Amino acid sequence: MLVNIIFGLSFSFMNSSNTILTRTKSFFAEIGDMTLFAGRFFREVFSPPFEFKELLRQCYNMGNRSLLLVGVTGFILGLVFTLQSRPTLLQFGAQSWMASMVSLSIVREIGPVVIALICAGRIGSGIGAELGSMRVTEQIDAMEVSGTNPFKYLVVTRIVATTLMLPLLIIMGDAIALLGSALIENLKGDVSFLLYFNQVFDALKFSDIIPATVKSVFFGFAIGLVGCYKGYYCSKGTVGVGEASNSAVVYISMLLFVIDFIAVFVTDIFF
Amino acid sequence: MNSEKNKPVLELKNLHKSFGDNHVLKGFNLKLFKGENLVVMGKSGSGKSVMVKCLVGLIQPDSGSITIKDEDIIKMGHKELDILRTEIGFLFQGSALYDSMTVRENLEFPLRRHKDKIENFQGTEILVKEALENVGLADAIDLMPAELSGGMQRRVALARALILKPKIIMYDEPTTGLDPITAKEIILLMRNIQKKYNTSSLIITHDVDCARVISNRMILLVDGINYAEGTFQELSNSKDPQVQAFFKN
Repeated sequence: MLVNIIFGLSFSFMNSSNTILTRTKSFFAEIGDMTLFAGRFFREVFSPPFEFKELLRQCYNMGNRSLLLVGVTGFILGLVFTLQSRPTLLQFGAQSWMASMVSLSIVREIGPVVIALICAGRIGSGIGAELGSMRVTEQIDAMEVSGTNPFKYLVVTRIVATTLMLPLLIIMGDAIALLGSALIENLKGDVSFLLYFNQVFDALKFSDIIPATVKSVFFGFAIGLVGCYKGYYCSKGTVGVGEASNSAVVYISMLLFVIDFIAVFVTDIFF
Repeated sequence: MNSEKNKPVLELKNLHKSFGDNHVLKGFNLKLFKGENLVVMGKSGSGKSVMVKCLVGLIQPDSGSITIKDEDIIKMGHKELDILRTEIGFLFQGSALYDSMTVRENLEFPLRRHKDKIENFQGTEILVKEALENVGLADAIDLMPAELSGGMQRRVALARALILKPKIIMYDEPTTGLDPITAKEIILLMRNIQKKYNTSSLIITHDVDCARVISNRMILLVDGINYAEGTFQELSNSKDPQVQAFFKN
Protein backbone atom coordinates (compact mmCIF):
# COMPACT_ATOMS: atom_id res chain seq x y z
CA MET A 1 0.00 0.00 0.00
CA LEU A 2 2.74 2.45 1.03
CA VAL A 3 4.82 1.44 -1.98
CA ASN A 4 1.83 2.19 -4.23
CA ILE A 5 1.41 5.64 -2.71
CA ILE A 6 5.13 6.39 -3.11
CA PHE A 7 5.04 5.20 -6.74
CA GLY A 8 1.90 7.23 -7.40
CA LEU A 9 3.37 10.38 -5.87
CA SER A 10 6.68 10.07 -7.70
CA PHE A 11 4.85 9.39 -10.98
CA SER A 12 2.66 12.48 -10.64
CA PHE A 13 5.73 14.54 -9.57
CA MET A 14 7.60 13.41 -12.71
CA ASN A 15 4.55 14.14 -14.84
CA SER A 16 4.10 17.64 -13.50
CA SER A 17 7.83 18.43 -13.70
CA ASN A 18 7.77 17.27 -17.35
CA THR A 19 4.81 19.57 -18.03
CA ILE A 20 6.57 22.51 -16.37
CA LEU A 21 9.73 21.77 -18.39
CA THR A 22 7.79 21.60 -21.67
CA ARG A 23 5.92 24.82 -20.92
CA THR A 24 9.12 26.62 -19.92
CA LYS A 25 10.79 25.45 -23.12
CA SER A 26 7.91 26.60 -25.31
CA PHE A 27 7.77 29.93 -23.43
CA PHE A 28 11.44 30.64 -24.15
CA ALA A 29 11.06 29.38 -27.74
CA GLU A 30 8.25 31.90 -28.16
CA ILE A 31 10.38 34.70 -26.68
CA GLY A 32 13.09 33.74 -29.19
CA ASP A 33 10.61 33.81 -32.09
CA MET A 34 9.31 37.17 -30.92
CA THR A 35 12.87 38.54 -30.86
CA LEU A 36 13.39 37.36 -34.46
CA PHE A 37 10.05 38.98 -35.36
CA ALA A 38 11.28 42.26 -33.81
CA GLY A 39 14.54 41.90 -35.76
CA ARG A 40 12.57 41.53 -38.99
CA PHE A 41 10.57 44.64 -38.06
CA PHE A 42 13.76 46.72 -37.70
CA ARG A 43 15.08 45.39 -41.02
CA GLU A 44 11.86 46.25 -42.86
CA VAL A 45 10.90 49.54 -41.21
CA PHE A 46 13.77 51.47 -42.82
CA SER A 47 13.60 49.90 -46.28
CA PRO A 48 11.26 51.14 -49.06
CA PRO A 49 8.48 51.00 -50.13
CA PHE A 50 6.96 52.89 -47.20
CA GLU A 51 3.25 52.43 -46.57
CA PHE A 52 2.49 55.98 -45.37
CA LYS A 53 -1.21 55.88 -46.23
CA GLU A 54 -1.77 52.69 -44.24
CA LEU A 55 0.36 54.07 -41.38
CA LEU A 56 -1.84 57.17 -41.17
CA ARG A 57 -4.96 54.99 -41.25
CA GLN A 58 -3.63 52.86 -38.41
CA CYS A 59 -2.61 55.93 -36.37
CA TYR A 60 -6.10 57.34 -36.83
CA ASN A 61 -7.75 54.02 -35.93
CA MET A 62 -5.66 53.41 -32.84
CA GLY A 63 -5.48 56.99 -31.62
CA ASN A 64 -8.92 58.30 -32.41
CA ARG A 65 -10.82 55.18 -31.43
CA SER A 66 -9.04 54.95 -28.07
CA LEU A 67 -9.66 58.58 -27.08
CA LEU A 68 -12.91 58.00 -25.22
CA LEU A 69 -11.68 54.93 -23.35
CA VAL A 70 -8.40 56.56 -22.36
CA GLY A 71 -10.16 59.81 -21.46
CA VAL A 72 -12.75 58.15 -19.20
CA THR A 73 -10.12 55.90 -17.59
CA GLY A 74 -7.81 58.86 -16.96
CA PHE A 75 -10.59 61.02 -15.52
CA ILE A 76 -11.79 58.31 -13.12
CA LEU A 77 -8.18 57.51 -12.17
CA GLY A 78 -7.65 61.16 -11.15
CA LEU A 79 -10.94 61.31 -9.26
CA VAL A 80 -10.42 58.06 -7.33
CA PHE A 81 -6.76 58.68 -6.59
CA THR A 82 -7.51 62.12 -5.12
CA LEU A 83 -10.55 60.93 -3.17
CA GLN A 84 -8.59 58.05 -1.65
CA SER A 85 -5.55 60.19 -0.77
CA ARG A 86 -7.40 63.18 0.73
CA PRO A 87 -8.28 61.72 4.16
CA THR A 88 -4.70 60.54 4.79
CA LEU A 89 -3.15 63.86 3.75
CA LEU A 90 -5.74 65.74 5.85
CA GLN A 91 -4.76 63.69 8.90
CA PHE A 92 -1.19 64.96 8.56
CA GLY A 93 -2.25 68.49 7.60
CA ALA A 94 -0.53 67.99 4.26
CA GLN A 95 -3.47 68.86 2.04
CA SER A 96 -1.40 71.42 0.13
CA TRP A 97 0.83 68.60 -1.10
CA MET A 98 -2.05 66.97 -2.90
CA ALA A 99 -1.39 68.51 -6.33
CA SER A 100 2.31 67.68 -6.35
CA MET A 101 1.78 64.16 -4.99
CA VAL A 102 -0.98 63.29 -7.46
CA SER A 103 0.80 64.83 -10.45
CA LEU A 104 4.10 63.07 -9.74
CA SER A 105 2.39 59.71 -9.18
CA ILE A 106 0.24 59.99 -12.27
CA VAL A 107 2.82 61.35 -14.67
CA ARG A 108 5.70 59.15 -13.51
CA GLU A 109 4.00 55.83 -12.93
CA ILE A 110 0.28 55.26 -12.59
CA GLY A 111 -0.85 57.11 -15.71
CA PRO A 112 1.50 55.39 -18.20
CA VAL A 113 1.02 51.90 -16.69
CA VAL A 114 -2.78 52.04 -16.36
CA ILE A 115 -3.31 53.59 -19.79
CA ALA A 116 -0.87 51.14 -21.40
CA LEU A 117 -2.75 48.25 -19.78
CA ILE A 118 -6.04 49.65 -21.06
CA CYS A 119 -4.52 49.97 -24.54
CA ALA A 120 -3.16 46.41 -24.29
CA GLY A 121 -6.77 45.27 -24.01
CA ARG A 122 -8.16 47.71 -26.56
CA ILE A 123 -5.40 47.86 -29.20
CA GLY A 124 -3.22 44.76 -28.56
CA SER A 125 -6.08 42.28 -28.56
CA GLY A 126 -7.64 44.08 -31.55
CA ILE A 127 -4.46 43.70 -33.59
CA GLY A 128 -4.13 40.04 -32.53
CA ALA A 129 -7.70 39.27 -33.54
CA GLU A 130 -7.60 41.25 -36.78
CA LEU A 131 -4.34 39.78 -38.08
CA GLY A 132 -5.34 36.35 -36.75
CA SER A 133 -8.58 36.35 -38.70
CA MET A 134 -6.73 37.64 -41.78
CA ARG A 135 -4.32 34.72 -41.43
CA VAL A 136 -6.98 32.01 -41.06
CA THR A 137 -9.09 33.38 -43.93
CA GLU A 138 -5.97 33.47 -46.17
CA GLN A 139 -6.11 37.27 -46.58
CA ILE A 140 -2.43 37.53 -45.65
CA ASP A 141 -1.59 34.86 -48.25
CA ALA A 142 -3.71 36.75 -50.81
CA MET A 143 -1.71 39.90 -50.09
CA GLU A 144 1.56 38.02 -50.54
CA VAL A 145 0.39 36.42 -53.80
CA SER A 146 -0.62 39.84 -55.15
CA GLY A 147 3.01 40.93 -54.87
CA THR A 148 2.65 42.98 -51.67
CA ASN A 149 4.84 42.35 -48.66
CA PRO A 150 2.22 41.67 -45.93
CA PHE A 151 4.78 42.11 -43.15
CA LYS A 152 5.49 45.65 -44.29
CA TYR A 153 1.86 46.51 -44.98
CA LEU A 154 0.26 44.95 -41.90
CA VAL A 155 2.95 44.54 -39.23
CA VAL A 156 5.35 47.45 -39.74
CA THR A 157 2.54 50.01 -40.02
CA ARG A 158 0.78 48.74 -36.89
CA ILE A 159 3.91 48.62 -34.74
CA VAL A 160 4.95 52.12 -35.84
CA ALA A 161 1.40 53.38 -35.23
CA THR A 162 1.23 52.02 -31.67
CA THR A 163 4.73 53.34 -30.94
CA LEU A 164 3.72 56.82 -32.09
CA MET A 165 0.20 56.88 -30.67
CA LEU A 166 0.70 55.47 -27.20
CA PRO A 167 2.83 58.35 -25.86
CA LEU A 168 0.20 60.79 -27.16
CA LEU A 169 -2.63 58.81 -25.57
CA ILE A 170 -0.71 58.62 -22.29
CA ILE A 171 -0.01 62.37 -22.26
CA MET A 172 -3.69 63.02 -22.93
CA GLY A 173 -4.76 60.48 -20.28
CA ASP A 174 -2.40 62.04 -17.71
CA ALA A 175 -3.78 65.51 -18.42
CA ILE A 176 -7.38 64.32 -18.02
CA ALA A 177 -6.47 62.45 -14.80
CA LEU A 178 -5.04 65.71 -13.41
CA LEU A 179 -8.22 67.49 -14.46
CA GLY A 180 -10.25 64.89 -12.51
CA SER A 181 -8.02 65.39 -9.50
CA ALA A 182 -8.36 69.17 -9.77
CA LEU A 183 -12.14 68.81 -9.91
CA ILE A 184 -12.20 66.90 -6.59
CA GLU A 185 -9.84 69.38 -4.97
CA ASN A 186 -12.04 72.21 -6.23
CA LEU A 187 -15.25 70.64 -4.96
CA LYS A 188 -13.97 69.29 -1.64
CA GLY A 189 -11.04 71.49 -0.78
CA ASP A 190 -11.96 74.87 -2.28
CA VAL A 191 -8.77 74.87 -4.33
CA SER A 192 -9.15 76.80 -7.59
CA PHE A 193 -8.20 75.12 -10.88
CA LEU A 194 -5.59 77.82 -11.46
CA LEU A 195 -3.93 77.24 -8.08
CA TYR A 196 -4.09 73.48 -8.49
CA PHE A 197 -2.42 73.52 -11.92
CA ASN A 198 0.15 76.06 -10.71
CA GLN A 199 1.11 73.58 -8.01
CA VAL A 200 1.17 70.76 -10.55
CA PHE A 201 3.55 72.60 -12.89
CA ASP A 202 5.71 73.64 -9.95
CA ALA A 203 6.06 70.04 -8.87
CA LEU A 204 6.69 68.51 -12.30
CA LYS A 205 10.15 68.67 -13.83
CA PHE A 206 11.45 67.54 -17.19
CA SER A 207 13.19 64.72 -15.36
CA ASP A 208 9.70 63.42 -14.49
CA ILE A 209 8.12 63.90 -17.91
CA ILE A 210 10.92 62.73 -20.22
CA PRO A 211 11.53 59.26 -18.70
CA ALA A 212 7.76 58.66 -18.57
CA THR A 213 7.38 59.63 -22.22
CA VAL A 214 10.33 57.46 -23.29
CA LYS A 215 8.83 54.60 -21.30
CA SER A 216 5.49 55.04 -23.05
CA VAL A 217 7.23 54.77 -26.44
CA PHE A 218 8.48 51.32 -25.37
CA PHE A 219 5.01 50.45 -24.07
CA GLY A 220 3.57 51.30 -27.49
CA PHE A 221 6.22 49.25 -29.26
CA ALA A 222 5.53 46.25 -27.00
CA ILE A 223 1.76 46.45 -27.62
CA GLY A 224 2.22 46.59 -31.38
CA LEU A 225 4.93 43.94 -31.50
CA VAL A 226 3.19 41.29 -29.39
CA GLY A 227 -0.26 41.94 -30.92
CA CYS A 228 1.16 41.61 -34.44
CA TYR A 229 3.29 38.56 -33.59
CA LYS A 230 0.37 36.68 -32.08
CA GLY A 231 -1.98 37.54 -34.94
CA TYR A 232 0.51 37.06 -37.77
CA TYR A 233 1.39 33.52 -36.69
CA CYS A 234 -2.11 32.54 -35.67
CA SER A 235 -3.24 29.03 -36.61
CA LYS A 236 -5.97 26.55 -35.73
CA GLY A 237 -8.90 28.44 -37.28
CA THR A 238 -11.31 30.57 -35.29
CA VAL A 239 -10.15 29.01 -32.01
CA GLY A 240 -6.66 30.23 -32.88
CA VAL A 241 -7.98 33.77 -33.41
CA GLY A 242 -9.43 33.80 -29.89
CA GLU A 243 -6.20 32.39 -28.49
CA ALA A 244 -4.12 34.95 -30.39
CA SER A 245 -6.19 37.81 -29.06
CA ASN A 246 -6.21 36.47 -25.51
CA SER A 247 -2.55 35.55 -25.29
CA ALA A 248 -1.58 38.89 -26.87
CA VAL A 249 -3.14 40.68 -23.88
CA VAL A 250 -1.48 38.31 -21.38
CA TYR A 251 1.99 38.66 -22.92
CA ILE A 252 1.67 42.43 -23.37
CA SER A 253 0.58 42.91 -19.74
CA MET A 254 3.58 40.92 -18.48
CA LEU A 255 5.93 42.74 -20.84
CA LEU A 256 4.59 46.15 -19.74
CA PHE A 257 5.51 45.44 -16.12
CA VAL A 258 8.97 44.20 -17.13
CA ILE A 259 9.54 47.34 -19.24
CA ASP A 260 8.21 49.47 -16.38
CA PHE A 261 10.63 47.88 -13.93
CA ILE A 262 13.60 48.40 -16.27
CA ALA A 263 12.51 51.99 -16.95
CA VAL A 264 12.23 52.80 -13.24
CA PHE A 265 15.60 51.16 -12.60
CA VAL A 266 17.32 53.13 -15.38
CA THR A 267 15.58 56.39 -14.39
CA ASP A 268 16.75 55.88 -10.83
CA ILE A 269 20.35 55.67 -12.06
CA PHE A 270 20.30 58.65 -14.45
CA PHE A 271 17.80 61.10 -12.94
CA MET B 1 2.43 22.21 -82.61
CA ASN B 2 5.39 24.56 -82.83
CA SER B 3 8.22 24.52 -80.26
CA GLU B 4 6.97 27.69 -78.52
CA LYS B 5 3.58 26.10 -77.92
CA ASN B 6 5.25 22.91 -76.66
CA LYS B 7 7.20 24.86 -74.10
CA PRO B 8 5.43 24.85 -70.73
CA VAL B 9 4.73 28.21 -69.05
CA LEU B 10 4.86 26.42 -65.73
CA GLU B 11 6.70 23.25 -64.84
CA LEU B 12 6.97 21.35 -61.65
CA LYS B 13 9.50 18.52 -61.31
CA ASN B 14 9.73 15.87 -58.65
CA LEU B 15 8.13 17.99 -55.91
CA HIS B 16 8.35 16.69 -52.34
CA LYS B 17 6.73 18.21 -49.28
CA SER B 18 6.30 16.79 -45.79
CA PHE B 19 4.71 18.14 -42.62
CA GLY B 20 6.38 16.19 -39.82
CA ASP B 21 5.80 12.52 -40.57
CA ASN B 22 3.08 13.30 -43.09
CA HIS B 23 4.69 13.02 -46.54
CA VAL B 24 2.12 14.91 -48.63
CA LEU B 25 3.84 15.25 -52.01
CA LYS B 26 6.12 12.40 -53.07
CA GLY B 27 7.62 13.51 -56.34
CA PHE B 28 4.75 15.27 -58.08
CA ASN B 29 5.29 16.47 -61.68
CA LEU B 30 3.24 18.90 -63.74
CA LYS B 31 3.51 20.90 -66.96
CA LEU B 32 1.11 23.70 -67.90
CA PHE B 33 1.15 24.90 -71.50
CA LYS B 34 0.13 28.27 -72.93
CA GLY B 35 -3.63 28.77 -73.21
CA GLU B 36 -4.34 25.42 -71.57
CA ASN B 37 -6.83 24.58 -68.80
CA LEU B 38 -5.18 21.92 -66.67
CA VAL B 39 -7.23 20.36 -63.89
CA VAL B 40 -5.53 18.65 -60.95
CA MET B 41 -7.99 16.40 -59.19
CA GLY B 42 -7.57 14.59 -55.93
CA LYS B 43 -9.36 13.65 -52.75
CA SER B 44 -9.63 16.10 -49.86
CA GLY B 45 -6.33 16.16 -47.99
CA SER B 46 -4.40 14.70 -50.93
CA GLY B 47 -2.07 17.72 -51.09
CA LYS B 48 -3.63 19.69 -53.96
CA SER B 49 -3.69 22.97 -52.06
CA VAL B 50 -0.17 22.35 -50.71
CA MET B 51 1.04 21.83 -54.28
CA VAL B 52 -0.56 25.02 -55.58
CA LYS B 53 0.74 27.02 -52.61
CA CYS B 54 4.24 25.73 -53.37
CA LEU B 55 3.74 27.04 -56.91
CA VAL B 56 3.22 30.63 -55.74
CA GLY B 57 5.87 30.50 -53.05
CA LEU B 58 3.52 30.46 -50.06
CA ILE B 59 4.94 27.10 -48.94
CA GLN B 60 8.56 26.11 -49.42
CA PRO B 61 8.86 22.57 -50.85
CA ASP B 62 11.39 20.13 -49.35
CA SER B 63 12.87 19.30 -52.76
CA GLY B 64 12.14 19.50 -56.47
CA SER B 65 12.00 22.38 -58.89
CA ILE B 66 9.28 24.87 -59.88
CA THR B 67 9.86 26.75 -63.12
CA ILE B 68 7.60 29.59 -64.17
CA LYS B 69 8.49 31.38 -67.41
CA ASP B 70 11.93 29.72 -67.41
CA GLU B 71 12.78 30.88 -63.89
CA ASP B 72 13.15 28.61 -60.88
CA ILE B 73 11.01 30.28 -58.23
CA ILE B 74 12.57 28.29 -55.36
CA LYS B 75 15.88 30.09 -55.93
CA MET B 76 14.24 33.51 -56.26
CA GLY B 77 14.56 36.30 -53.71
CA HIS B 78 11.48 38.03 -52.28
CA LYS B 79 11.62 40.99 -54.67
CA GLU B 80 11.94 38.89 -57.83
CA LEU B 81 9.17 36.61 -56.59
CA ASP B 82 6.88 39.60 -55.96
CA ILE B 83 7.46 40.79 -59.54
CA LEU B 84 6.74 37.33 -60.94
CA ARG B 85 3.61 37.06 -58.82
CA THR B 86 2.08 40.00 -60.66
CA GLU B 87 1.90 37.71 -63.70
CA ILE B 88 0.02 35.04 -61.77
CA GLY B 89 -3.58 35.33 -60.65
CA PHE B 90 -4.65 33.20 -57.69
CA LEU B 91 -8.21 32.44 -56.66
CA PHE B 92 -8.32 31.23 -53.07
CA GLN B 93 -10.63 28.50 -51.83
CA GLY B 94 -12.39 30.90 -49.41
CA SER B 95 -12.12 33.93 -51.74
CA ALA B 96 -9.79 35.70 -49.23
CA LEU B 97 -11.22 39.16 -49.86
CA TYR B 98 -9.83 41.87 -47.56
CA ASP B 99 -12.82 42.29 -45.29
CA SER B 100 -11.87 45.74 -44.03
CA MET B 101 -11.99 47.10 -47.59
CA THR B 102 -14.83 47.67 -50.05
CA VAL B 103 -15.00 45.72 -53.32
CA ARG B 104 -13.45 48.72 -55.10
CA GLU B 105 -10.56 48.89 -52.61
CA ASN B 106 -10.02 45.13 -52.87
CA LEU B 107 -9.55 45.47 -56.61
CA GLU B 108 -7.50 48.63 -56.36
CA PHE B 109 -5.11 47.06 -53.86
CA PRO B 110 -2.92 45.12 -56.35
CA LEU B 111 -3.40 47.82 -59.00
CA ARG B 112 -2.01 50.68 -56.93
CA ARG B 113 1.15 48.72 -56.27
CA HIS B 114 1.77 47.39 -59.74
CA LYS B 115 0.16 49.83 -62.17
CA ASP B 116 3.44 49.90 -64.11
CA LYS B 117 2.58 46.34 -65.17
CA ILE B 118 -0.49 47.50 -67.09
CA GLU B 119 -0.06 48.62 -70.68
CA ASN B 120 -1.70 52.00 -71.45
CA PHE B 121 -2.66 52.54 -67.80
CA GLN B 122 -5.59 54.99 -67.73
CA GLY B 123 -6.37 55.00 -64.03
CA THR B 124 -7.63 52.46 -61.57
CA GLU B 125 -11.33 53.36 -61.98
CA ILE B 126 -11.57 52.10 -65.58
CA LEU B 127 -9.76 48.83 -64.79
CA VAL B 128 -11.80 48.16 -61.65
CA LYS B 129 -15.06 48.70 -63.54
CA GLU B 130 -13.88 46.53 -66.43
CA ALA B 131 -12.89 43.70 -64.06
CA LEU B 132 -16.22 43.86 -62.25
CA GLU B 133 -18.17 43.94 -65.53
CA ASN B 134 -16.27 40.82 -66.60
CA VAL B 135 -17.69 38.98 -63.60
CA GLY B 136 -21.11 40.63 -63.82
CA LEU B 137 -20.86 42.60 -60.58
CA ALA B 138 -20.51 46.21 -61.65
CA ASP B 139 -23.20 47.25 -59.14
CA ALA B 140 -21.35 45.80 -56.15
CA ILE B 141 -18.41 48.19 -56.43
CA ASP B 142 -19.03 50.03 -53.14
CA LEU B 143 -20.21 47.08 -51.06
CA MET B 144 -18.21 45.44 -48.29
CA PRO B 145 -17.30 41.71 -48.70
CA ALA B 146 -19.57 40.85 -45.75
CA GLU B 147 -22.54 42.21 -47.72
CA LEU B 148 -21.94 39.76 -50.60
CA SER B 149 -23.14 36.18 -50.98
CA GLY B 150 -20.60 33.33 -51.29
CA GLY B 151 -20.94 33.24 -55.07
CA MET B 152 -20.56 37.02 -55.36
CA GLN B 153 -17.48 36.92 -53.15
CA ARG B 154 -15.96 34.26 -55.41
CA ARG B 155 -16.69 36.47 -58.47
CA VAL B 156 -15.08 39.51 -56.85
CA ALA B 157 -12.07 37.38 -55.91
CA LEU B 158 -11.88 36.27 -59.54
CA ALA B 159 -12.05 39.90 -60.68
CA ARG B 160 -9.22 40.74 -58.26
CA ALA B 161 -7.14 37.82 -59.53
CA LEU B 162 -7.61 39.08 -63.11
CA ILE B 163 -7.08 42.78 -62.60
CA LEU B 164 -3.35 42.76 -63.36
CA LYS B 165 -4.09 40.78 -66.55
CA PRO B 166 -2.04 37.75 -65.48
CA LYS B 167 -0.72 35.20 -67.95
CA ILE B 168 -1.35 32.29 -65.59
CA ILE B 169 -4.35 31.84 -63.27
CA MET B 170 -4.49 29.29 -60.48
CA TYR B 171 -7.82 28.31 -59.00
CA ASP B 172 -7.84 26.55 -55.64
CA GLU B 173 -11.17 24.71 -55.36
CA PRO B 174 -13.15 27.42 -57.20
CA THR B 175 -16.56 25.79 -56.67
CA THR B 176 -16.19 24.50 -53.10
CA GLY B 177 -18.94 25.65 -50.77
CA LEU B 178 -21.19 26.94 -53.56
CA ASP B 179 -24.62 25.64 -54.57
CA PRO B 180 -24.71 23.74 -57.92
CA ILE B 181 -26.19 26.66 -59.88
CA THR B 182 -23.70 29.23 -58.61
CA ALA B 183 -20.89 26.69 -59.08
CA LYS B 184 -21.91 26.28 -62.73
CA GLU B 185 -21.95 30.08 -63.18
CA ILE B 186 -18.43 30.33 -61.77
CA ILE B 187 -17.19 27.52 -64.05
CA LEU B 188 -18.66 29.23 -67.14
CA LEU B 189 -17.16 32.51 -66.03
CA MET B 190 -13.73 30.87 -65.71
CA ARG B 191 -14.09 29.41 -69.21
CA ASN B 192 -15.13 32.76 -70.70
CA ILE B 193 -12.24 34.56 -69.04
CA GLN B 194 -9.80 31.98 -70.35
CA LYS B 195 -11.14 32.48 -73.86
CA LYS B 196 -11.16 36.28 -73.60
CA TYR B 197 -7.62 36.71 -72.23
CA ASN B 198 -6.04 33.47 -73.51
CA THR B 199 -4.63 32.71 -70.08
CA SER B 200 -3.15 29.41 -68.95
CA SER B 201 -5.18 28.04 -66.06
CA LEU B 202 -4.36 25.53 -63.37
CA ILE B 203 -7.52 24.39 -61.62
CA ILE B 204 -7.36 22.44 -58.37
CA THR B 205 -10.64 20.74 -57.69
CA HIS B 206 -12.49 17.62 -56.66
CA ASP B 207 -15.62 18.73 -58.53
CA VAL B 208 -16.15 16.37 -61.50
CA ASP B 209 -18.60 18.76 -63.21
CA CYS B 210 -16.06 21.54 -63.03
CA ALA B 211 -13.37 19.27 -64.52
CA ARG B 212 -15.71 18.08 -67.30
CA VAL B 213 -16.66 21.59 -68.43
CA ILE B 214 -13.34 23.33 -68.16
CA SER B 215 -10.44 20.90 -68.56
CA ASN B 216 -8.30 20.40 -71.65
CA ARG B 217 -6.18 17.94 -69.70
CA MET B 218 -6.34 16.38 -66.23
CA ILE B 219 -3.94 14.99 -63.65
CA LEU B 220 -5.11 12.79 -60.80
CA LEU B 221 -3.12 13.36 -57.63
CA VAL B 222 -3.19 10.24 -55.48
CA ASP B 223 -0.85 9.50 -52.58
CA GLY B 224 1.35 12.46 -53.47
CA ILE B 225 2.12 11.43 -57.06
CA ASN B 226 0.61 11.81 -60.56
CA TYR B 227 -1.50 8.69 -60.50
CA ALA B 228 -3.09 9.22 -63.93
CA GLU B 229 -3.04 11.82 -66.66
CA GLY B 230 -5.16 12.46 -69.76
CA THR B 231 -8.26 14.22 -71.05
CA PHE B 232 -11.53 14.08 -69.12
CA GLN B 233 -12.86 11.58 -71.65
CA GLU B 234 -9.84 9.27 -71.30
CA LEU B 235 -9.84 9.30 -67.53
CA SER B 236 -13.58 8.95 -67.10
CA ASN B 237 -13.47 5.86 -69.34
CA SER B 238 -10.51 4.37 -67.50
CA LYS B 239 -10.90 0.85 -66.09
CA ASP B 240 -8.60 1.56 -63.14
CA PRO B 241 -10.76 1.37 -59.97
CA GLN B 242 -8.80 4.21 -58.28
CA VAL B 243 -9.44 6.47 -61.29
CA GLN B 244 -13.05 5.32 -61.61
CA ALA B 245 -13.66 6.25 -57.96
CA PHE B 246 -13.31 9.94 -58.89
CA PHE B 247 -15.98 9.79 -61.59
CA LYS B 248 -18.63 7.68 -59.86
CA ASN B 249 -21.61 9.59 -58.47
